[in-house]
Amino acid sequence: MAIESNGKKTEFSVMIPDVKFTKLFINGNFVDSVSGKTFETIDPRTGDPIARIAEGDTEDVDLAVKAAREAFDNGPWPRLPGQGRRRLMMKLADLIEQNVEEIAALEALEAGKLYSLLKNMDIPAAAETLRYYAGAADKIHGETLKMSRDLQGYTLCEPIGVVGVIIPWNYPCNLMFIKFAPALAAGCTVVVKPSEETSLSALFCAHLVKEAGFPDGVFNVVPGYGHTAGAAISSHMDIDKVTFTGSTKVGRLVMVAAAKSNLKPVSLELGGKNPLIVCDDADVETAATIVLLGSLWNKGELCVSSSRILIQEGIYEELSKKLVEKAQKWVVGDPFDPRTQQGPQVNQVQFDKILSYIELGKAEGATLLTGGKRCSERGFYIEPTIFTDVQDHMRIAKEEIFGPVISLMKFKTIEEAIKRANATTYGLAAGILTKDLNIANTVSRSIRAGSIWINCYAVFDRDCPYGGYKMSGFGRDLGMKALDQYLQVKAVVTPLYNSPWL
Amino acid sequence: MAAESNGNGTMESHFKLPQIKFTKLFINGHFVDSVSGRTFETIDPRTGDVIANIAEGDKEDVDLAVQAARQAFDNGPWPRLPGAERGRILLKFADLIDEHTEELAMLDAIDAGKLLHLAKFLDIPETAENLRYYAGAADKIHGETLKMSRELQGYTLKEPIGVVGHIIPRNFPSTMFSMKVGPALAAGCTMIVKPAEQTPLSALYYAHLAKLAGIPDGVLNVVPGFGHTAGAALSSHMDVDMISFTGSTEVGSLIMQAAAKSNLKPVCLELGGKSPFIIFDDADVDKVADLALQGCYFNKGEICVAGSRVFVQEGIYDKFLLKLKEKVENWVVGDPFEPTSHYGPQVDKKQYERVLSYIDKGNKEGATLFHGGKALERKGYYIEPTIFIDVTDDMTIAKEEIFGPIMSVLKFKTIDEVIKRANATKYGLAAGIMTNDLNTANTVSRSIRAGAIWINCYFGFDKDIPYGGYKMSGFGRDMGIDGLVKYLQVKSVVTPIYNSPWL
Repeated sequence: MAIESNGKKTEFSVMIPDVKFTKLFINGNFVDSVSGKTFETIDPRTGDPIARIAEGDTEDVDLAVKAAREAFDNGPWPRLPGQGRRRLMMKLADLIEQNVEEIAALEALEAGKLYSLLKNMDIPAAAETLRYYAGAADKIHGETLKMSRDLQGYTLCEPIGVVGVIIPWNYPCNLMFIKFAPALAAGCTVVVKPSEETSLSALFCAHLVKEAGFPDGVFNVVPGYGHTAGAAISSHMDIDKVTFTGSTKVGRLVMVAAAKSNLKPVSLELGGKNPLIVCDDADVETAATIVLLGSLWNKGELCVSSSRILIQEGIYEELSKKLVEKAQKWVVGDPFDPRTQQGPQVNQVQFDKILSYIELGKAEGATLLTGGKRCSERGFYIEPTIFTDVQDHMRIAKEEIFGPVISLMKFKTIEEAIKRANATTYGLAAGILTKDLNIANTVSRSIRAGSIWINCYAVFDRDCPYGGYKMSGFGRDLGMKALDQYLQVKAVVTPLYNSPWL
Repeated sequence: MAAESNGNGTMESHFKLPQIKFTKLFINGHFVDSVSGRTFETIDPRTGDVIANIAEGDKEDVDLAVQAARQAFDNGPWPRLPGAERGRILLKFADLIDEHTEELAMLDAIDAGKLLHLAKFLDIPETAENLRYYAGAADKIHGETLKMSRELQGYTLKEPIGVVGHIIPRNFPSTMFSMKVGPALAAGCTMIVKPAEQTPLSALYYAHLAKLAGIPDGVLNVVPGFGHTAGAALSSHMDVDMISFTGSTEVGSLIMQAAAKSNLKPVCLELGGKSPFIIFDDADVDKVADLALQGCYFNKGEICVAGSRVFVQEGIYDKFLLKLKEKVENWVVGDPFEPTSHYGPQVDKKQYERVLSYIDKGNKEGATLFHGGKALERKGYYIEPTIFIDVTDDMTIAKEEIFGPIMSVLKFKTIDEVIKRANATKYGLAAGIMTNDLNTANTVSRSIRAGAIWINCYFGFDKDIPYGGYKMSGFGRDMGIDGLVKYLQVKSVVTPIYNSPWL
């Protein structure tokens, strides 16, 4: 496989912008942290620092929550008609699109994500998510209830209040929008803690929020570390709800902190070890493409990545060969290079972790078909790696790796595949490739996971709810379902007199 | 005040206590001893005497129950039945409850000190009706087809979440049981119920009836025991998919932590409250005085939505106090088996002492004792209906949940002031608004941050109304169709489509 143009930014005619926004965004203003501390954000193409960002901690979170609380309790935002919130959210979506190149460049820089994908897909999708929820803001319905005696009852769906949003580094903008868009549509105010790896795009969007004309305090961004700023949010006595996407390990800490503080409800979207089942009747060429995309998309830094490929024995050899052939042509390189299909892993820690899993795979007895090494001297580039003869008990088959490592596993019967697919503590997503209607229906119903993809993989859409079963978490993002997270249901009951019916 | 049967110990002999038929753990369709062989006492709060010895469930017993529930869920018929079939069995269960109303009512009366006549005419019939409501919902659990933005077909399936743990409190042993078990069964889940250690009797009887109704072995298990052993084992179990808890805020926090530290199971918590009961100048003072007393003394004040902070607008204040004094005289505290009793004893010694200590605090902190304030001089845990006036927002009795027959009366001037003061609590469970003014009713109902708002009524519960808290009163809703949500998982299924005429 070819690694091209590592580290040379001028060849791709992409203007890498100056980093303009590096401070905390609280109550409509960019401010230094109370402590004055800053932290570095690193370019994974080289390991070099990009910029220094103000480092938020407990005191800064307090200020942000104060601003959000004031904006919620006394400000205009929750009191606007839905269409009022819609107007501003649509304005923001337009501004996102007008600045797509700059936002895409910032994310490519910090996260090693592919620039062209960001520009043409990810960031526009974030704007679309905003529009989806903007359009929902005036359609948040309660219900009138059917009483069993002379009473009138109805429910009101009210904004839950101040929402803490804690997001990871693999889809910085998308995940931030997926969470704050429904929260804002519902009338809540938010405090966002972006990952310390990827603060720049969040801060740039904060600038656009201000430009769009959102009232101060509605949207706040406090960059910083999980164990400081993130912990402050989870345990804050004046935050009404926390929504978190990240690792299972940290998800636990968030839920415990929420329980110990003010019993705020939490939603968690955590890890996965997602099975992709390929049946004998699948077309090998198409299957190979879907498998590779499912496993290597975003350099494997995707919670729904298809990290266990269960291939029916009839097609196993042929598909394995195809996969190796395609993987060896996979272009790993500078994310600004339009030819690149896979950029660098996000940081040193991830890079080391993935390489150690590769060594583990070898030690556990899996057979390495291709890849397995770093690609270059500098930066966090890893070759697309394929293991075969992977057994269920191996750690590479059980633990989430979050890198470009594919595990191929053979199965005989559908019943066996279902059992093995479900034999995991996770339950985020699964895929099934088959032309047979009945197999598709049986398997989609049998797998205990929140998203099932038939003859496709990692397909998201705004109306389609997304979230985990089991230890992949609870709560749903996307779709109208997501609004539930940010609403309280209030029942109002009054006696009726002389009513013609109940 | 008239308190019949006060100090008169002979009343107990008039009522033939039921034979306690079920005292063992109910696991996988059978009544079994606990693995340890241990038992614990359940006490009659009318006398402090032991009613029966109940098998004491602990971790090993919870393990066995979860194993049975897991087998029943993964491989048994229950989740795979058509909804109407589950509905049919739930209806049978409800019928059996109706047929055994007397016996069940007596169990709750001696276990929890609940009024026998109310249990017979309200609690037990409500228990059966809850099951009937969800029986009818079982075949109406809908997912949705989705509107995609490109050529894809997407739909959601609502699937049963799996093995559920129900941890229920002692104040409404029967209705709480059906409120939780009903929707979970309708959804196709299997479950383990850990009833409160003070009130295991009716839960075990329901288990027996469930089996008679045709609920397959392992689907419904009941493990009596203590919170810090059996309850903790359930909350931290690696193979339980969800916990539904009603109880105190303190224990709710422990449960959520245990859930997080174990397998990150979702939890729904219905916790405490310090609900405001707001009376405006234009209210009918006669009606609201009755409602206010009901709001505080119903079920001896052992109710999470008790309207324990009575805010009275100054224009009606004096009239209201006069009415209150007049009406509270009619409240009879006595043996729960006596049809003339308005309420019985507190559920146990601990609660009894706790309530008395709050009365003490009220006196010490400078509130004026308007009525009552003492324990009855008789065996058992009986406390007089108590009213404090001149209560200020900062007093302990105005801030903390007492869970006993104590009313705090506070005066207010304006609507804005009372909204602010009503909301100045970490709780958010319920609120009552007494006014005939349409605009006042609308403004206040929208302004109070609580899950259940009752206008010109109190305890306005019904099966179709979702019920639950804001803020530290918890999250998640019981009752109504919303009550099913927590027992279901949402699964999205997406397939590419070709040659579709439209999206």
